[in-house]
Amino acid sequence: MSAGPRGHPAKKQAFVRELLGRSDYAIIGDIVEPGTKVLDLGCGEGELLEWLAQNKGVEARGVEISGAKVQRAIARGVSVYQGDIDQGLADYPDQAFDYVILSQTLQETHRPRKVLGEMLRVGRRAIVAFPNFGHWRVRLSMLVSGGAPRTKLFPYEWYESPNIHFLTVFDFENLAALERLVVERRYFLAGHRKVTLVPNLLAEVAVFLVSAALAGH
Amino acid sequence: MIVEANTVRFDSISLDSGATLAPVDVAYETYGRLNASKTNAILILHAFSGDAHAAGISPEKGKPGWWDNMIGPGKAFDTNKYFMICSNVLGGCRGTTGPASVNPATGRAYAMSFPVITIGDMVRVQRMLIDWFGIPRLLSVTGGSMGGMQALEWAVSYPDRVVSAIPIACTTRHSAQQIAFNEVGRQAIMADPDWNNGDYYGGKPPARGLAVARMVGHITFMSDDSMREKFGRRLRGKETFGFDFDVDFEVESYLRYRGSEFVNRFDANSYLYITKAMDYFDLTNGHGSLAAAFERTEARFLAISFSSDWLYPSYQSQEIVRALRARNCDVAYVELESNYGHDAFLVDVAEQTDLIRGFLANTVEKAP
Repeated sequence: MSAGPRGHPAKKQAFVRELLGRSDYAIIGDIVEPGTKVLDLGCGEGELLEWLAQNKGVEARGVEISGAKVQRAIARGVSVYQGDIDQGLADYPDQAFDYVILSQTLQETHRPRKVLGEMLRVGRRAIVAFPNFGHWRVRLSMLVSGGAPRTKLFPYEWYESPNIHFLTVFDFENLAALERLVVERRYFLAGHRKVTLVPNLLAEVAVFLVSAALAGH
Repeated sequence: MIVEANTVRFDSISLDSGATLAPVDVAYETYGRLNASKTNAILILHAFSGDAHAAGISPEKGKPGWWDNMIGPGKAFDTNKYFMICSNVLGGCRGTTGPASVNPATGRAYAMSFPVITIGDMVRVQRMLIDWFGIPRLLSVTGGSMGGMQALEWAVSYPDRVVSAIPIACTTRHSAQQIAFNEVGRQAIMADPDWNNGDYYGGKPPARGLAVARMVGHITFMSDDSMREKFGRRLRGKETFGFDFDVDFEVESYLRYRGSEFVNRFDANSYLYITKAMDYFDLTNGHGSLAAAFERTEARFLAISFSSDWLYPSYQSQEIVRALRARNCDVAYVELESNYGHDAFLVDVAEQTDLIRGFLANTVEKAP
């Protein structure tokens, strides 16, 4: 279903902007090599792609489900395709991109495992950023309230949340192992800080750079 | 902006059917200024019943062009930056050689002796025009409906001549439904006794048949929503039904008006020839598949469709985009929300303007 958030665009928007303003740009910008070819899934209005095009000289492409966001992305000069990332990658040939980025969207996809597989089919590397459901505040919220957790990271009522597949740092590492992915780099963030200790408890957002096991062989 | 119509004559052209047409006149207009390096030219391609008068005010009739809301200073196709060319298509009746033109071999109108033409032939004539301008590469080729089909044909047939293409509300080939509507239009014309096997020049044209054809066309250009909004079940100048077969409903009045107005500006035989060209159009012809057709294409694309367009539904634009993605081409695509049906590409200009302005600016930036 969704490449972009539904339900609470304003809230999500503010959240993404805050995150990007803080460290996501910096981290993804740090990972992405100049002059490469990048596909951003659920690219919203194309802010990250525009930034990468201007600062890293990448060839930038995006996929986004919301027509209004696609309009703004194209208007800012980014090549974005209006479509669905749960199915929409099928058209791309194998290894068409150097990086496929999925920022804050994995937990919104219907079939995250398939999406991850497709990302590494069309791209040599995948950059996956997601909110960590294992963060202590989330755990505490659930423990104390007894209801579905609501925190700064997960601000939605359960019936309005675009998030349908909650995952933790621990879960992602397990899936990567199961899929025999090579985790080339991992970053853990809490607010403005990088987290080094017990990331599954302390990281609000995780960013993974992964490649398929046989890449480069 | 008062614009002048121009005509250029080419000696001859070989057509897809194997026939040769000689000579060929091409009516065109231009807007803006061609830069010294000839890198800012954009070819505007008109839809089925359009003509070379895309923008500005024509001196004789004082009429604005069919895409005047999109072409001009500060508009989507900004005449301060770009040089736009629009020509009447081959087979047309607005200055370019068509069935109503005089065949120099006989001294009479071609009528049905005019060779059957294709979208490829139209584009070949346009390429001659672009050569005549001495333009090596077009910054963009663009149009809606049949204009979009020509834009696609350009990108496939002359991949080294186009930097970008903006196909709007169009398809890579007509569906059975699209062919069916065209056939109804053709049959309406040919069923009119005044059509006289196409030989009516100098006499009475098949006005009733052509008007009916246009009425059907107008239904396909609108949407259920836009017709409900525009007409509903309102009666025309009366409080109750007339209990006869004069005009009762607003929608009847509108269609009759559109039909009769069309007769004054369009040639029935051109209707036959151009709709046939659209029906024959299939971008996969000679390539096997759409992806193969785009094999040599290096252009970047912006494809646009409209949510309520049931004549050229979004799935047809998505087919274009999917084939381009399979070729790893640079393509942007969006379905714009609109109630106006197929007509949206002519009337819903605000959103198109933002898209096209950004896309063209980015194209200039990326141009080699």
